[in-house]
Amino acid sequence: MPEPLLQVNDLKVHFPTDDGLVKAVDGISLQVMPGETLGVVGESGSGKSVSFLTVMGLITSKQAIIEGEVIFKGQDLLQVPPDEMRHVRGEKISMIFQDPMTSLHPFYKVGAQVGEAIRAHQKVSKKEAFDQAVEMLQRVGIPKPEERAAQYPHEFSGGMRQRAMIAMALSLNPDLLIADEPTTALDVTVQAQILDLIDRLREEFNASIVIITHDLGVVAEHCDHLQVMYAGKIVETGTADDIYYRPHHPYAWGLLGSITRLDEAQKERLRPIKGLPPSLIFVPPGCAFHPRCPYAFDKCKVDVPELLPVDGQHAAACHLPLADKQRIFAEEVAAR
Amino acid sequence: MIRYIIRRLLWVMVTLLVITLLTYLIFFVMPPTDPAINFAGKQPTEELVAEVKAQFGLDKPLLVQYGLFVKRIFLGDEYGWPGLGFSFSTRSELKPIIFDRLLVTIQLALGAAILWLMVGIPIGILSALRPRSIFDRFAMGFALFGVSTPVFFLGPVMLYIFWFQLGWLPGTGFYPIGQYGFWEWFSHLIMPWTVLALAFAAFYARMTRGNLMETMGEDYIRTARAKGLSERRVVLRHGLRSALTPLVTILGLDLGALLGGAIITETVFNLQGLGNYAIQSVFSGDLYAILDVTIIAAFFITFANLIVDVVYAFLDPRVRYT
Repeated sequence: MPEPLLQVNDLKVHFPTDDGLVKAVDGISLQVMPGETLGVVGESGSGKSVSFLTVMGLITSKQAIIEGEVIFKGQDLLQVPPDEMRHVRGEKISMIFQDPMTSLHPFYKVGAQVGEAIRAHQKVSKKEAFDQAVEMLQRVGIPKPEERAAQYPHEFSGGMRQRAMIAMALSLNPDLLIADEPTTALDVTVQAQILDLIDRLREEFNASIVIITHDLGVVAEHCDHLQVMYAGKIVETGTADDIYYRPHHPYAWGLLGSITRLDEAQKERLRPIKGLPPSLIFVPPGCAFHPRCPYAFDKCKVDVPELLPVDGQHAAACHLPLADKQRIFAEEVAAR
Repeated sequence: MIRYIIRRLLWVMVTLLVITLLTYLIFFVMPPTDPAINFAGKQPTEELVAEVKAQFGLDKPLLVQYGLFVKRIFLGDEYGWPGLGFSFSTRSELKPIIFDRLLVTIQLALGAAILWLMVGIPIGILSALRPRSIFDRFAMGFALFGVSTPVFFLGPVMLYIFWFQLGWLPGTGFYPIGQYGFWEWFSHLIMPWTVLALAFAAFYARMTRGNLMETMGEDYIRTARAKGLSERRVVLRHGLRSALTPLVTILGLDLGALLGGAIITETVFNLQGLGNYAIQSVFSGDLYAILDVTIIAAFFITFANLIVDVVYAFLDPRVRYT
């Protein structure tokens, strides 16, 4: 088995606040293999963005108490001093964000902003950087890239801005691209284009991708593996097919139940997961999901479930006996 | 853009006309005495007052007087263009007096502006980058002091300490650089600059701090860091660029207002500037002097507004005027 490109071991990110310790990420482990796409799924506040902002070194020990290891190409990034970490950011690992409307600086031309990323890591002239930026804009499918590079972000549509962000992120040919909810702020038709683009560029640039999302339906077909996060922990992990067709955790069932399907007649209303994500200061004891779980029983309120293997790479953290899980999934979830 | 500027310039004219008309009316409604009587000398005779009135043009109906005044502004008077009239008290041409005074006020205002920018902005930046640090608390304490200390208090206190007690700096008055050399000029202006700049420096420090802290939380700052830029570049090129742009607006308006005369500072330090002159003219009922100072002050404010808006369009590409 090849070495993983990124290996996160028991990562904890806790923010001290006036109200108490916010356990945004509470002991997660995951790995990203070279060339694969990993999907990280969860609601707002489940810790998915915080985990990868920490990997990027954008959340540091100045703001949070960080424990664990982030091994990238054999080096623990948590031990890298901040001023060296900036040579990893953008060059080896880069990141695009949820809202392309606000992620580009409104006062600088798009080409200059992409070029700035290149110049941050390579000794090239402004002109060369701009030319490279134009080429990148073309590769991400922006028509008339030379004209567009001389425009400001407000002259771009949302989808075009996200393409520009992707161009910026890939301009130094990084090993890993982290896409934090890359399609959430976009129109549905544009969402598909952006995800297809990311797929295509993964092959072209031979990079690994992490897609962070709350929308299981959107990313499932673009990912090799999926991690489902809830309240700072990973509650289920496996191949995309495992999670999509054979999920073992009631939270994953809930996520599937919340997907809108347009390809078949709607038999019933969407089934939202009841309740709200828990406070990360007062995380419920036992399984954090138990207050919202329709199948919870006594043990769930006391014992924290461990992430136990189901088969192969598929693992889930739930106390429900296997037989019950299969029965409930077959009768109540898959039947819908 | 050009059309926009022309339209705005026309509005500047309209604003100035309205302001002068109001000043004119206030002048004739407010004072208890007739200016002609003031200037006719002691124990004036009826004939003398009438003669003075005729000489000053005060015998004509109010609106005709105002019309003549406006006409002179645009077309010039016996002293040339622009027709700023003559002073009732000295019966001499106002233009050279006004321009001399304006020159003093400009030196006071620009020096103070340079000082408050040099002090206020760096303090604001350092405070924003280390919020709640000791420096930040100290700086914001200073800002509170600066904003809440009036010039008429701080001015005399500084004069007492640095001139009267310590003798480090010369006293009041304005010493033109051409006549007295750099040091005389400079040393006499240090205290007025400082006193005038303090409140502004405090305000600008707070503004810079607030704006920069807000900007550093923006998504595009996170993007800049994610690109791997150095923290220095993130702050200076991405953060400050956005944070300081609104300050340009404020600076334009502040400077515009100050060029009309910093009345209290000029009075405390006995600087013969426009503000000082405005006060004198009001007390002596010198109609055209009051009107001239009002016009100049109003012109600077309205014109500064226009300049700010035009400059803003260059600083923020999202702003376009049609």
